[in-house]
Amino acid sequence: MSIASSIGNYGIVQFLKRNWGRRSVIGIPYGFLILFFSVPFLVVLKISVSSTDALGIHFQDLTSYANGIFELKIKLSNYIFLTTDPLYIETYLSSIKFAVINTLICLIIGYPFAYFMARSPATMRPALLMMVSLPFWTSYLLRVYAWKGLLDDNGVINNVLIWLHIIHDPIKMMYTGFSMTIGMVYTYIPFMILPVYATLVKMDLRLLEAAKDLGATPWKAFWLVTVPLSKNGIVAGSMLVFIPSVGEYVIPELLGGPSTLMIGRVLWDEFFSNNDWAMASAVAVSMVVLILIPLAIFNKFQSDSGGARGL
Amino acid sequence: MNSRLGKIWLTAGYLFLYVPILTLIIFSFNESKMVTLWGGFSFKWYGVIIHDSEVVNGFFLSMKIALMTATASVVLGMFAAFAMVRYKSFFGRTTFFAHINAPLVVPEVITGLSLLLFFVMCERLIGMPERGIFTIWIGHTTFGLSYAAVVIQSRLLEMDKSLEEAAMDLGCKPFQVFYLVTLPMIAQSLMAAWLLTFTISLDDVVTTAFLSGPGSSTLPLVILSRARLGLDPTVNAIATITVAVVSVGVVAGSLWMSRQERRRAAEQAEAYREGMQAISA
Amino acid sequence: MATPPQLHNGKGTQDMADSVANSTAREDDSLFVRIDRLSKHFDEVAAVDNVSLDIKKGEIFALLGSSGCGKSTLLRMLAGFEMPSSGNIYLDGDDIAKMPPYERPINMMFQSYALFPHLTVWENVAFGLKRDGMPKDQIAERVETTLGIVKLKPYAKRKPHQLSGGQQQRVALARCLAKRPKLLLLDEPLGALDRKLREETQFELVNIIKSVGVTCAMVTHDQEEAMIMADRIAVMQEGRFLQVGPPSEIYETPSCVFVAGFIGDVNLFKGKVIVDEPDHVLIETPECRHFVTHGITGMIDMQVNIALRPEKICLQSHEPTLEQRESPKEQGYNVARGTIDGIAYFGKFTLFHVRLESGMVIKASRENSARHEETQLVRGQQIYVWWDGSDVVVLAN
Ligand SMILES: Nc1ncnc2c1ncn2[C@@H]1O[C@H](COP(=O)(O)OP(=O)(O)OP(=O)(O)O)[C@@H](O)[C@H]1O
Ligand SMILES: [Mg+2]
Repeated sequence: MSIASSIGNYGIVQFLKRNWGRRSVIGIPYGFLILFFSVPFLVVLKISVSSTDALGIHFQDLTSYANGIFELKIKLSNYIFLTTDPLYIETYLSSIKFAVINTLICLIIGYPFAYFMARSPATMRPALLMMVSLPFWTSYLLRVYAWKGLLDDNGVINNVLIWLHIIHDPIKMMYTGFSMTIGMVYTYIPFMILPVYATLVKMDLRLLEAAKDLGATPWKAFWLVTVPLSKNGIVAGSMLVFIPSVGEYVIPELLGGPSTLMIGRVLWDEFFSNNDWAMASAVAVSMVVLILIPLAIFNKFQSDSGGARGL
Repeated sequence: MNSRLGKIWLTAGYLFLYVPILTLIIFSFNESKMVTLWGGFSFKWYGVIIHDSEVVNGFFLSMKIALMTATASVVLGMFAAFAMVRYKSFFGRTTFFAHINAPLVVPEVITGLSLLLFFVMCERLIGMPERGIFTIWIGHTTFGLSYAAVVIQSRLLEMDKSLEEAAMDLGCKPFQVFYLVTLPMIAQSLMAAWLLTFTISLDDVVTTAFLSGPGSSTLPLVILSRARLGLDPTVNAIATITVAVVSVGVVAGSLWMSRQERRRAAEQAEAYREGMQAISA
Repeated sequence: MATPPQLHNGKGTQDMADSVANSTAREDDSLFVRIDRLSKHFDEVAAVDNVSLDIKKGEIFALLGSSGCGKSTLLRMLAGFEMPSSGNIYLDGDDIAKMPPYERPINMMFQSYALFPHLTVWENVAFGLKRDGMPKDQIAERVETTLGIVKLKPYAKRKPHQLSGGQQQRVALARCLAKRPKLLLLDEPLGALDRKLREETQFELVNIIKSVGVTCAMVTHDQEEAMIMADRIAVMQEGRFLQVGPPSEIYETPSCVFVAGFIGDVNLFKGKVIVDEPDHVLIETPECRHFVTHGITGMIDMQVNIALRPEKICLQSHEPTLEQRESPKEQGYNVARGTIDGIAYFGKFTLFHVRLESGMVIKASRENSARHEETQLVRGQQIYVWWDGSDVVVLAN
């Protein structure tokens, strides 16, 4: 019960006044998001199925009414092209592949990291935590750029290895799947560590003692007690990593190469390089669908387990 | 588990997080234009960037937009948080929640593209708005609002509602309740939301790229265009300044917060001890 | 939503308020708060169900009941945080049911205290006075006196988190008292304190309230607290009053089985009436035959419960003699044989569990004074339990 509604009505004047306040508290942000988030998306939806005029510049109305005939014209060629052209299909699959790989690596490195953080002395934890979140506050673009300097053919890593006479010719790392993955892991790993840490640090350590008391080896206790109890953190972290990685643009642009197809970059190129607004819109619509599916699975998973909120 | 393994893992992890940043910083002091080969220590690139009008203008533009975004986001986000926490039933409440969460999960290329197409449509229909600072501000505020709402909402949820009732009981009219009690209670979360949306806006490239017009290149756009072309020592210099400012801010901030917390805990313990003494006396 | 209460034909609310105020003024000068057929529904559930109540000036009135019975809802309607679904509330003759909380001359002390954490003790106490637009020097004076009453003057500059639980509770009280409310509401005033502090505070709180002379309505689910602090108690169940009266009356003559069981320990015998005379009743239960020395409103063969407090029971190794009896007519009644099943020593008294021949286990308590020392009772011992016919209460099913 809110205060405002539980107080009820003292008279029509106050009632209107309060209703006015309530209306603006809800209406202003709601209106803002509808106007600048939903409506624009509807525009995208419309453009993705609109045909252009003869010059190919102006989009025509979807509906027309003339001589008593109501016409609805929907151009599906963009979507047909999207679902039949091997390049797009490959790009979708490749985006998902990189997002999954990124999520798994973040989990494999991040989970033990969060675990050791949570088990370190309580006095050290705030500092450790701050050091994980510090990069988050610095520019993400610059952090991605940093890897360019490290992985380049003339980059720091190659130079050091050559200087140590471990290799003679530089290893090709830049503009490959490797460089892009490393950039993604580097960018997104705090989003895995933080939620997992949050669940692990809250865990009751006596549960582990109880498990050991019942004869579990430390390793078994870890798998049977710690990991299941941190499930919510794992799920939340995985979602926080997976969802933005699917649509990533900056990392593939700076660190990826011709072989690392990512859907976000394709959309960008359709729009900025090819100037094909309708195609870019169709890609955008299908990307939303692509994101909604894992999200729906996530929500189902959450409501099944009654778990913590992910976002 | 094994504490040695733990130490190794943590050390390796932090190295992974910080070595790239450190190399960025080190090579910003490089005399040579070759970013990855050491050519001697110098402040040369710092001199270059402060006379680089593209960088300087980009910086001030970014700051201006971030200020506007953070402020608008906190105000709108506070409204949204109140709507979510305080009004348990209103028309379209589920959709409202969806609208708050969606900008957090929809990729920026999509938000950017759709807003741009929307603004282009508006421009054709009503001749407004021109692309530039205003459109970027709106774009940043759509997701800034969501982040702010989430931060403020969690504070509102944990706040003791009887505080507001007590204020009303003691004679506050609804608006007085808000600024005398609710606002001071959530002030810290407003500050946190402001800082968060400020940095997010300051950092944003993708949405900005879609929504910027001629002559409105923010700093991240300048960095992106240079980084695309290859390694550029001016970018290292910009990075170093950013890292320095942010680290000082974050470290000072968290030290201050943990000091506050410690002092508070100590005072509470002291009060409890006094109370126990009073009983036994 | 509030629906207006059913009014008498042709009479407006104001008339009714006036007539009530007038009539109360005639009947009893000290009648102060009048709750008239008040109900509150949450969706379909009635949290408070058609409750009427009068509270006298200067009285401490306690609402007592188990969790979820609607105590807080009733109190919150008095404070103005909940709108009644129907009914009226009059304070000192004025109808306040539709007044917003910030206009009511009523203040409430919250269970969580709800002290403003960003303000000092002094500012907390002054908070309500500033809202009234009181001049600065008067505020200072009033805060000083109020802090004096609750003995917190030295703590004026502290923030709430720098105070112990008991001190916080007194700040919360001071904050209410400073406004000199016509009615003070306390919601579980001691609920947040630990046990030892609680007992001490109960008396202190009563002393302060009485010395200020403010009328007070409190909510508690602790029957002991209600007995200690209140002048009168209302026992609530499922939104209704089961009984309203002074603590002694509620304890000695509970109106129903629930009240009897809720306030203190009670033994209940179930049986039926066999003789019903104006001056006494005979009741047959599996345990024994009862001779009750007061009449009841009932009839022969009616199923009834007999409530008997543990401390009214005498325990001894032989049957009660005629001299021990209150009246010779009771000889042969109100007595049963049993074995001691358990003994619990409580310091002031000892509690015995006695298994009667019928199989029922009754509780009997005995004060631990020197008198009884010669007759040590032990576990497993065969004994007689007996009581006076005037000490039981007969309750309908
Ligand atoms: N805001 C509300 N919305 C819906 N139901 C409510 C609300 N407030 C109270 N109730 C219901 O009304 C009934 C009475 O609640 P109330 O809080 O008055 O009980 P109480 O006697 O104070 O209990 P407790 O001792 O647990 O505080 C309960 O069943 C409760 O669930
Ligand atoms: Mg209650």
